[in-house]
Amino acid sequence: MATAADRSFPPRLGWPARLAWLAFAIYFAYALSHLQVTPARVMAGLEFGYKFLVKLFPPDFQRWELLLKGLKESLEIAVLASVLGLLISLPVSLLAARNLMPAWVTWPARFLMVVCRSFHPVIIAILFVKAVGFGALAGILALTVASLGFLGKLFTEAIEEISLKQVEAVRATGAPFMSVIAYGVVPQVFSRFIGFASYELDSNLRNSTMVGIVGAGGIGGTLFAAFQRFDYDFVCAIILSIIALIIAGEILTNAVKKVFRA
Amino acid sequence: MTQTSAVALSIRQLVKAYVRGKLVLNGITLDIAPDGITAIIGPSGTGKSTLIRCINRLVEPTSGEIIFEGRNLVTLGRGELRAARRQIGMVFQEYNLVERLSVMENVLSGRLGYVPPFKAWLRRFPQTDINEAYALLDTVGLAAQAHARADALSGGQRQRVGIARALMQSPKLLLADEPTSSLDPKTSVEIMTLMRDLSRQRGIPAIVNIHNVALAQRFATRIVGLSGGAVVFDGVPGALTDAHLKQIYGGESWLDGDSG
Repeated sequence: MATAADRSFPPRLGWPARLAWLAFAIYFAYALSHLQVTPARVMAGLEFGYKFLVKLFPPDFQRWELLLKGLKESLEIAVLASVLGLLISLPVSLLAARNLMPAWVTWPARFLMVVCRSFHPVIIAILFVKAVGFGALAGILALTVASLGFLGKLFTEAIEEISLKQVEAVRATGAPFMSVIAYGVVPQVFSRFIGFASYELDSNLRNSTMVGIVGAGGIGGTLFAAFQRFDYDFVCAIILSIIALIIAGEILTNAVKKVFRA
Repeated sequence: MTQTSAVALSIRQLVKAYVRGKLVLNGITLDIAPDGITAIIGPSGTGKSTLIRCINRLVEPTSGEIIFEGRNLVTLGRGELRAARRQIGMVFQEYNLVERLSVMENVLSGRLGYVPPFKAWLRRFPQTDINEAYALLDTVGLAAQAHARADALSGGQRQRVGIARALMQSPKLLLADEPTSSLDPKTSVEIMTLMRDLSRQRGIPAIVNIHNVALAQRFATRIVGLSGGAVVFDGVPGALTDAHLKQIYGGESWLDGDSG
């Protein structure tokens, strides 16, 4: 029988939950003090930030040729890396799909994708800059690897969710393997693949503006150089251009999706 | 075993166990004549579906022989199996159409065993195949929907496409796994009529799993009763009595007709 106390609402927190909240609050306070984030430090930071903001404006577009060159390179890196990543991840994701392939095939394919996904694109870009030298090639390779990791995983999951009845029917006609893929598998995943690929293009566009910071080509290099020379008005111009590029990319990928879903 | 021209398919001592020691098919032996519809009846879980899938090896038999066109299907390698499969059309309970492909693409996929993969990817089928596909769509009454997506069709229409796809293979044998179980009674009769007529016209023997005894008796030329993974009745529809049904399905109260 429920007593009056049992029937209160909302139910009172049990002591494990209260203890967890308390522990979290203590850790938060500890981390703040350990990193010496004091009110005085915050005020000093705000003053710093104000001076910085003042220096950013007005943006300086005088070196627009340099800006345009960097943006063009970033766009090219993003598109090339997306296409290459897409082309490689199609067969790899097929090999990684557990509903179509035996375990000894899926494991190596899955391992490859996990390795590609393990590192942030900037870290992969640093590796490629060391391996193939400064420039756009390193950026393309870095973002291709990152794309393979993500597209591969998304594609594999899409393939693993298909209806095997449809595949079975195509197999029953005596179709060879590649025809079973074309008629039993691809139609079931095509529109989702388009969605994933356009998402990846979007994300590569963002990342391609960043890999330049470590010397892998694109607008990031220009941005970093401007920072180091304290050309804050030029920095502002670059940042605004990047925002414009990302918005343009968003519009482009939405258009791609619409074309293929119609 | 001598091969006579009066047999289209010969099943010898077919055994299937999904789990070692648990036999689903317990030594089935059947000869299928080169024409007519053989209906396989029996309770759920008695191996009707397994039997039919063993024939085109969507399910791998454990032991036994299945002789078709002078070859033992059970021992065929991958390439030979594909060559055999394209001569065996199959119709499924849930139609198993590729939902996002058009009706026409689904029908033409019956030719995938004959068309090289790169041409199949590019949808470049021989003109004779395309003509045949349209002719089949005329026959099943769906020419107007040729370019509709398969998932836009009703159940009965989908099964008609399924039949057209199977016949597109120019098969020498037609398998049907509960082709009417997902359909209403009127559509079921229409689908069975279509299968009977086409199988007759084209001289293709058909093996049909069916759990509706009345439909089986109405359309089949031969009825095989399966129970516990073994053949317990084999004869013409007229020879099937209540006693046989009791033996196949067990119990008898359901025969009285007052079960609702």
